[in-house]
Amino acid sequence: MAGTGRRDFLEGLRDGLPIGLGYLAVAFSLGIAAREAGLTAVQGFVASLLSIASAGEYAGFTFIAAQASYAEIALGTLITNARYLLMSTALSQRFSDETPLAQRIGVGLGVTDELFGLAIARPLVRPIYQYGAMLSSIPLWCIGTSAGIVAGQLLPARVVTALSVSLFGMFLAVIMPAARTDRVVRVCVLASFAASYAASHLIPFTMGWSNGTRIIALTVVISAAAALVRPIDPEGDDAA
Amino acid sequence: MSTRIWLSVIVMGAVTIAIRLLPLTLIRRPIKNRFLLSFLHYVPYVTLAVMTFPAIVESCETPLAGFAALAVGAIAAWYGANMVSVAALCCVVAFVLGLL
Repeated sequence: MAGTGRRDFLEGLRDGLPIGLGYLAVAFSLGIAAREAGLTAVQGFVASLLSIASAGEYAGFTFIAAQASYAEIALGTLITNARYLLMSTALSQRFSDETPLAQRIGVGLGVTDELFGLAIARPLVRPIYQYGAMLSSIPLWCIGTSAGIVAGQLLPARVVTALSVSLFGMFLAVIMPAARTDRVVRVCVLASFAASYAASHLIPFTMGWSNGTRIIALTVVISAAAALVRPIDPEGDDAA
Repeated sequence: MSTRIWLSVIVMGAVTIAIRLLPLTLIRRPIKNRFLLSFLHYVPYVTLAVMTFPAIVESCETPLAGFAALAVGAIAAWYGANMVSVAALCCVVAFVLGLL
């Protein structure tokens, strides 16, 4: 049994490392955004350790930069990270019955898009394997964030400006392949671009909104509209 | 200022951790509501798209650099370039055109 645990752990460490290297790059550009919001390297490290979420943290930093209220920050975090609710729910079906609560919590703390992908690759969740994968990826996420904050202070302004675009490039890398294969997602993405521009530049009523408020309002309205008009097939959701 | 940032960081973390742990501790049953499932399916794409545009344009030195970075990044991602390549391309385009 101890042998299986050790083997699972090493296997997890190995599978988590490529994820961690990707995290290092994403977190670095996230750190640039964190610095603009006024976070120190230590604050960025802790924020990334607690949240481990690119979109959610970026939204959070946007709120901090806009001097938003804590209620707004909580709501924005809830919306941008809502998908983890779905992932954790899917994961909860895949524990063996004798898995103790502590192990469920341990695995649950590390639910990110990528680590969730590793977890569901097998019919049953293996907590020890999952801990290995978390250990070789999450620290790189935190270090990357701090590195981005420090580099943002040291590099020339022009370079920092160009680097700040990388996070949006990463967002594009997530949405474009899905937009290509799924027509509804494609329409959603175009509608989101148009609505986001209109809300920030054209419509007087919404132009006074902070970036965070706009992100929350448009995400809820557009996602709800898509869910009403084109609901997904619940049976085919296993791959989500 | 620092206290406000620390509290904000803790609020972000607490909400995110709650989202991750609730289904594994209290709820435990699968979500069956079709609207909620569909909503959660679309949220990541919509929220990333809303955050990307027009922010990507405004984060650059000039609108031209911003639109070019958006176009190049979108096309590369559409044709399957990986995350780091797309990000690097966007940076290079933004930097070079920002010099004009």
